[in-house]
Amino acid sequence: MSTTSYVFAKPHLLGIAGLNFPEAVSLLDRAEGYVEQSRQTDKTSNKLHGLTQINLFFEPSTRTQSSFEIAGKRLGMDVVNMAVQSSSVSKGETLIDTAMTLNAMRPDLLVVRHGASGAAELLSQKVDCAVINAGDGQHEHPTQALLDALSIRRALGSLAGLRIAICGDIAHSRVARSNVILLNLLGAEVRLCGPPTLLPSDADRWGAEVFHNMDDALNACDVVMMLRLQTERMNSAFIPSSREYFRFYGLDRTRLGKAAKGALVMHPGPMNRGVEIDSDIADDPKISLITAQVEMGVAVRMAVLDMLAEAKNKDTHE
Amino acid sequence: MSDMRPICIQNAQMVDPASARDEICDVWLKDGLIAAIGNDLEPCSDTLCVDAGNLVLAPGLIDLKVKTGEPGSEHREDLKSASMAAAAGGVTTMVIAPDTDPVIDDAALVEFIARSSRTKSIVNVLPAGALTKELLGEQIAEIGLMAEAGAVLFSNGDQAIASAAVMRKALAYSGAFNALVSCRPEDPTLAANGVMHAGELSSRMGLGGIPIAAETIHIARDIALAELTGGRLLIEQISSAAGVDMVREAKAKGLDVSASVSVHHLCLNELDVGGYRTFARLSPPLRSEKDRLGLIAGVLDGSIDVIVSGHDPRPAEEKRLPFAESSAGACGLETLLSGALSLVHNANGDLITALRPLTSAPAELLGINAGNIAIGAPADLILIDLDKPWICDADKLLSKSKNTPFDGQRMQSRAVATLVRGRIVYDANSLFA
Repeated sequence: MSTTSYVFAKPHLLGIAGLNFPEAVSLLDRAEGYVEQSRQTDKTSNKLHGLTQINLFFEPSTRTQSSFEIAGKRLGMDVVNMAVQSSSVSKGETLIDTAMTLNAMRPDLLVVRHGASGAAELLSQKVDCAVINAGDGQHEHPTQALLDALSIRRALGSLAGLRIAICGDIAHSRVARSNVILLNLLGAEVRLCGPPTLLPSDADRWGAEVFHNMDDALNACDVVMMLRLQTERMNSAFIPSSREYFRFYGLDRTRLGKAAKGALVMHPGPMNRGVEIDSDIADDPKISLITAQVEMGVAVRMAVLDMLAEAKNKDTHE
Repeated sequence: MSDMRPICIQNAQMVDPASARDEICDVWLKDGLIAAIGNDLEPCSDTLCVDAGNLVLAPGLIDLKVKTGEPGSEHREDLKSASMAAAAGGVTTMVIAPDTDPVIDDAALVEFIARSSRTKSIVNVLPAGALTKELLGEQIAEIGLMAEAGAVLFSNGDQAIASAAVMRKALAYSGAFNALVSCRPEDPTLAANGVMHAGELSSRMGLGGIPIAAETIHIARDIALAELTGGRLLIEQISSAAGVDMVREAKAKGLDVSASVSVHHLCLNELDVGGYRTFARLSPPLRSEKDRLGLIAGVLDGSIDVIVSGHDPRPAEEKRLPFAESSAGACGLETLLSGALSLVHNANGDLITALRPLTSAPAELLGINAGNIAIGAPADLILIDLDKPWICDADKLLSKSKNTPFDGQRMQSRAVATLVRGRIVYDANSLFA
C-alpha cells in the first residue's frame, strides 16, 4: 500500500493550485519509488491492471503524451491515445461531446491536453473518471511542475530555502504558473525574469520577485529554469528579434556565472538552442538537469495515475 | 384599444422618478393612457379596480440595449420571446440593437423591425439603427433616413469604431438630425485576444485580459470628438471606475455626453468568472470590485445616466465550451429590475435613484413621452413586489437562450405585473384576473 501516511483524496489533478503541502509531498514520495521501478529490467507492474487510460491530446505533443503512455503501461493499464486532430473535432464536435463519447467507453483515467485554459476543469465536470490536466492553454501543467520539483529534490536534497529563477516567456507559459505555485508551496524562493512584454503585469502578486535584467535575476540562484520561447511569439510584436532576445535573456556560460556556484539548469523542452539556451550548457551533464527531467516525468506521472486510481477506488468502496 | 377596460390601480406606492413622487395613491388608466392620479378617484363604472397595496407602482422600464436574433439568428432569441422575457422582467420598451444579420443599417430594415414587432412583441419595440454600414466602422449609415423610419438612436452595436476619423464624421453628421450616437468604448487592438478583465486573476487563470485602458482610450477619444463636433454621445456599457470619472468630468464641462452601464456590471465582478464560468463571460468584461463600486457611485451621482440589461442571449452551444472559445454575452431582461434594485436593498440609494436610470432618464435621452407616471402619458406601468425573495434559475428564463451569470443567485424584488399601453402583458399573481 501507500508509502506515505497521507491519503490523497483529490478526484482529479487539474492544477497545482488546490494541492496542499502533504498532497504535493506524497506525490513526490510516491514517484521516488517509480524511479527505481523504471530502472529495473522488468519495468512493468500489475498495480493498475485492468484499468483503462485514455490520452486525449488536442494539441500536438511528443514527450508529454509518450511519457503518460509509458507511465500508464508500466502500471499495467490499457492505454489508448486519441489522435484528436484527425478525428471528430475537426468535424465540428465540441470538447464536451468528445468527452461524453469517451466517458461512455468507461475509462478510469483521462489525460487531457487542450489549447484553452480551463478545458480540463470543464471536462472534469462532465465525466465520471479521474481527469489529469496535461496542459490547458496558458493555465497549468501540473505534472511538469511535479517532475521539475522531483528533479530538483533528487539533485539538491530539498527545495526549502532554494533560490530558483524561472526565465523567459512567463506570460504564455502554463509551466511557469504551475511551477510558481508548487515551488512556493515547497518552500523555495521564486524569481521570474523576462522582457516586460512576456511577463504578466500582475506577476509580482504571484508570490515571486519579478526581474527584467537576467544578471540580477540569476544572482545567487541555485536553479535556473529556462522556458521555451514559442516561435510564433518571436515573429509577433512581443520581442524585436531572436537575436536580441538571446543577447538579453538567453542563458550561456558567462551569464550562468552570476548564479550560485554549482547552479543547475532546467528546461521543459523542446529547446530552441541559441534562442533561449546555449547548447554548451544544455548538453553539459554536470549542470543540466534536462535529461533527468524527462526521466522523472515518467515516474511522476506513474505516481499521479496511481494516486488518482487509488483515491477513486477508495471512494467507490466506501 | 376601445375594447380595453379601464383599470384603476389602488393603494399602490407610486414611485415616479420623473416627478420625484413617492407616495401612496391610485392611478386610473383609460384608452392606453394614464387618465388620472390621486387619492379619491372616481373611475367610471366599467373600470377594473385592483388593490395593489404593498406593491410599488412604477413606470415600465425602458431598456436601451437589447439584442435579439431577429433577423438572422432566431435560434438565440426572436422578438416574440424577447418581449415575453421583457414583460416578465418589467421592461415595457426595448431598444433593439442593430447587430443582426443583416445589420439594421437602412430604413427598410428599421421598418422591418418596427413592423414585425407590432405583431410579435407584447411590449414596445424601438429600433436602433447602425451607425456605420454593416457595422464595419468605415462608412456612415443613412442616419437621416433611418431616423425618419423610426430609429431612435444610432449605435455600432458591439463593434467599436476603430477609426477616430469615422467617429468624428458620425458625431458631426448626426448633429444635423439631433440624433443620439451610442458607442461601445473599446479599443479593438487592445481588446484582441482578451476574454476577461486584465489583472491578477486573468493572469493566474491563463486567460487573455482586456485592460481598462482599452476602454478609457476610447472614452477619452469620443469625448474629445463630441466636444469637437457638438454631437450627442451616449457611451455604452461603461465598465471601469476610471471611465466613470472621465464621463463625470465631461459632464462638468457641459458636454452633451451620457453613459450607460449594464446591470451585470453593477452586481458582479471579475471573481464571478472563477472556475471558468462562461455565463459570466461578458463584453465588456466584468471588472474588479473597485470598478463595480465606482460604477455604483456613478449611477448614484448621475454620471451614469442609464442602466441597461445588455440582453445578449446565447444558446448552450455557444456557452458549453472552454471559456476562451465561448461567446460573450448574457440574458438580462428578466434580471434587470432585481439587479438594479439591489442598489436599494444594499442601501446605496432610494427607489427613485435606482429607478430613474431605468425609466425617465432613458426616455429623456430618446426624447420620448414614456418612463413617467403623468396624466396623458402612455400607461406603461409595472407593479413590483419589493421584498420578494427568489432564486434565479437559468432554466426558467423565458428567453430562448438560458445564459445568465445570476444563475443560482438569490435575488430580491420582482415585477409581478406589467402593463403596456394599458394592456396587461404579465400578471404573475393574477391580480387582474
